[in-house]
Amino acid sequence: MSLAELICPAGTPAALRTAVDAGADAVYCGFQDATNARNFPGLNLTPDELAASVVYAHAHGTKVLLALNTYPPAGKLDLWRHAADTGARLGVDAFIVADMGVADYIAHAHPQVRLHLSVQAAASSPEAIRYYCESFGVKRVVLPRILTIPEIRQIRKEIPCEIETFIFGNHGLMVEGRCSLTNYLTGQSTNMDGVCSPASDVEYVRDADGSMSSQLAGFTIDRFGPDEKAGYPTICKGRYTAPHRPEGYYAFEEPVSLNLSRLLPELIDAGVHAFKIEGRQRSKSYVRGVVRAFRAAVDDIKAGRKANIADLLALTEGQKQTQGAFETKKWR
Amino acid sequence: MSIHADVNTRPPGPGRTAAARLACVLIQPFLSRVVHRTAARHPSLFARLGPHQTTDFLIDPVELPFALHLRPDPEALVFRAVPRDAAPHTGAAIRGRFLLLLELVDAEQDGDAAFFSRDLEVSGDTEAVVRLRNALDDIDGSLAEETAAMFGAPGRAMLARLRRAYLNDTKGQECI
Ligand code: SF4
Repeated sequence: MSLAELICPAGTPAALRTAVDAGADAVYCGFQDATNARNFPGLNLTPDELAASVVYAHAHGTKVLLALNTYPPAGKLDLWRHAADTGARLGVDAFIVADMGVADYIAHAHPQVRLHLSVQAAASSPEAIRYYCESFGVKRVVLPRILTIPEIRQIRKEIPCEIETFIFGNHGLMVEGRCSLTNYLTGQSTNMDGVCSPASDVEYVRDADGSMSSQLAGFTIDRFGPDEKAGYPTICKGRYTAPHRPEGYYAFEEPVSLNLSRLLPELIDAGVHAFKIEGRQRSKSYVRGVVRAFRAAVDDIKAGRKANIADLLALTEGQKQTQGAFETKKWR
Repeated sequence: MSIHADVNTRPPGPGRTAAARLACVLIQPFLSRVVHRTAARHPSLFARLGPHQTTDFLIDPVELPFALHLRPDPEALVFRAVPRDAAPHTGAAIRGRFLLLLELVDAEQDGDAAFFSRDLEVSGDTEAVVRLRNALDDIDGSLAEETAAMFGAPGRAMLARLRRAYLNDTKGQECI
């Protein structure tokens, strides 16, 4: 039975309270270090902030999921172990993990806390998902954003755990948890250091005509005309020249966000248990707007009403949205 | 409409410069009060700034006659109005329309969305800007309202009027 839980981003304690107040069923957050995939400057929670946040969320009936969804470098598991111990002591409701070593540690040290398999694990087949369930007791899988709804429906029949899918937000298209593009240019690893396009390596340069170039580690990855909408400075969404496209083109993906608001009824029908909103790096304004919109939509659908989905285009990257692979495999 | 129209059509000139200098002098006591009061009421924001407590930021509300220089150093806070032609060299700069900047500070608007739409521009040290944004976003309540409340009912009325004007203005833009 799909409960259509709303899983909402919380990059700061204030954002966490905003998500709770806006109707989140669960919030997900991380510590201020490499143990999570949004290790951005000034973002995330200290252990003391997490303690207070868990109390606030639980008082409002909202669960707290702690993202420990990066990959420890070989022999350096201590930071992740310590984060898991802290999270368990503070009463988080689940850990979101990608690495098998981290999953194994939690399964043994904190068996009372649920394990969710992060999208970063890129488990997209029933065989892979069943392996995590059987080996580590995983209770929920966050599916990579590469599957159609019929495929999700089929997977649901073949696995013993709940399914969570992204429904809104940033939409990278590489194999999740395997992208090394940032590492190639900056030396920092998205999957081990927890940051794609680290802010310390990003620079925006304004030209006299009002155009803006976004640069990563000194390489220009896009140039936007004065009135052209912009995107994040991620390599996968850069615009490049090639011998056959000297004018420059989006070789991998263009700046665009995922928005599955119109597919919610079908996803619920396919057995998706929880819907994830991306954006721990975004503001309280984003969290409030997106969570409220999806809260109202999910409540309408559950009550048998037609969902009246608020327009969220202004909050999307490049002010463009897509239903990606959920709609069709022909996407990119 | 992006902010560039505002910026690039602003005519320079000696009269304008003198007016900017006068405006800076007049507004300075107000800015000092605002920054010290904010720091006293929200000390947690300094931890999120980390090493960028000592970075100089230029905050440039494009339609005002001056820019703002901020150094969020808890030991020696700086928040002052500066004529653009005398602005110091800063580590990072943030530019946009005044009320957009105010709405961003108050989490009424999303900074990434304003960046995507090109209404907000950043330059210089991006990490410093990200830290400042995250520090401000973790503040509960409204800095604009706290500031307006320092001036009682007239302050609140002025803020309400500014917000209405901004709302009408941006609504108009959507129709273009
Ligand atoms: S470059 Fe793109 S695909 Fe790779 S980690 Fe960054 S956002 Fe994801």
